[in-house]
Amino acid sequence: MAESHALSPAHVDTSTGLDSRKLAFWGFIGSECLLFGSLIATYLAYKGRSLDGPKPHDGGWVNRYGEVMDHGVFNIPLTTFSTFILLMSSVAMVLALNHVQRGHRGQGTLWLFLTALGGAIFLGAQVYEFTYFVAHDGMTLGSNLFASSFFTLTGFHGAHVTVGIIYLMTLASLTWHGKIPPEKSLNVEIAGLYWHFVDVIWIIIFPLVYLIP
Amino acid sequence: MTSETREVAHNQHTHPTNRFYVVIGAILIALTVLEVLGYLGEVNGTLPSGAAAAIILVLSAAKFLLVVMFYMHLKFDHPLFTGTFVFPALLGMLVIGSLVLLFGPIHGTSDAIGDDVREERRAAEVRAATPAADRR
Repeated sequence: MAESHALSPAHVDTSTGLDSRKLAFWGFIGSECLLFGSLIATYLAYKGRSLDGPKPHDGGWVNRYGEVMDHGVFNIPLTTFSTFILLMSSVAMVLALNHVQRGHRGQGTLWLFLTALGGAIFLGAQVYEFTYFVAHDGMTLGSNLFASSFFTLTGFHGAHVTVGIIYLMTLASLTWHGKIPPEKSLNVEIAGLYWHFVDVIWIIIFPLVYLIP
Repeated sequence: MTSETREVAHNQHTHPTNRFYVVIGAILIALTVLEVLGYLGEVNGTLPSGAAAAIILVLSAAKFLLVVMFYMHLKFDHPLFTGTFVFPALLGMLVIGSLVLLFGPIHGTSDAIGDDVREERRAAEVRAATPAADRR
């Protein structure tokens, strides 16, 4: 079940003996924890405090067509599907890294592409969700406390997914053209750290925002 | 797991295979399904609200740990990477906990956010319900 191989260049000439790029990237991820921590804290602090609809889980509010809604705005089946896709893209990402580290250029490119595709499907689901909220429920950034904090939190996450897709497609292209040999696989590992972090944030957002009323 | 996670040499790791990663992925999917079942249990009334929330949070924490340990390789990597991530992550959790407590049980500020608006609405409703002659 386990194989031994180099994750990074054999000799790293730094005082810690660790690659500075990877350490710096972990520092960046740490700072992102604080960013998302503050956004999640804001959402939770304002949860259930909105004076008017739209509401996340409960009915009894009026949508833009004047209809009294008997349920909240969330579409749990759609969000569960997009969560499944994002988790699968994380699996694709680790498989891509494993192949790049072994010098499998074609397989590495394929799994990087599939990772980006998973991100694109997730993003498409989020765009559909946001569009439905605006067009059907009349829920915009300024509608109420819930709408403001929800769009800010999930919008920031979506922006991170967008950056990740561009990052992964660039790496897929470089891998395909043979510019990322096994000794440069740290580039893919760092992209993987970013992508898994985006996944981890969604692992927190999905239950806190969507599943716990 | 010990043979799989043992660090072999400087900058070289015993690293899981594709099959291991796929198994972790399957566990993540199974935990997500359980989360959604917990949500449905609460909606249908088969699970008490607090119990469902607790179950969902525990499952979410398990998923978080699985991804961070195995997919982000913190289980196999140098402890300095773990420290660089864990310290701000704990700080973030502290921010979340503090703000929720401050706005909720401790100070209750957010309860008062809409008080003036509610009061104004109640007064408007009373004015609307009361005939003009009575108001005079």
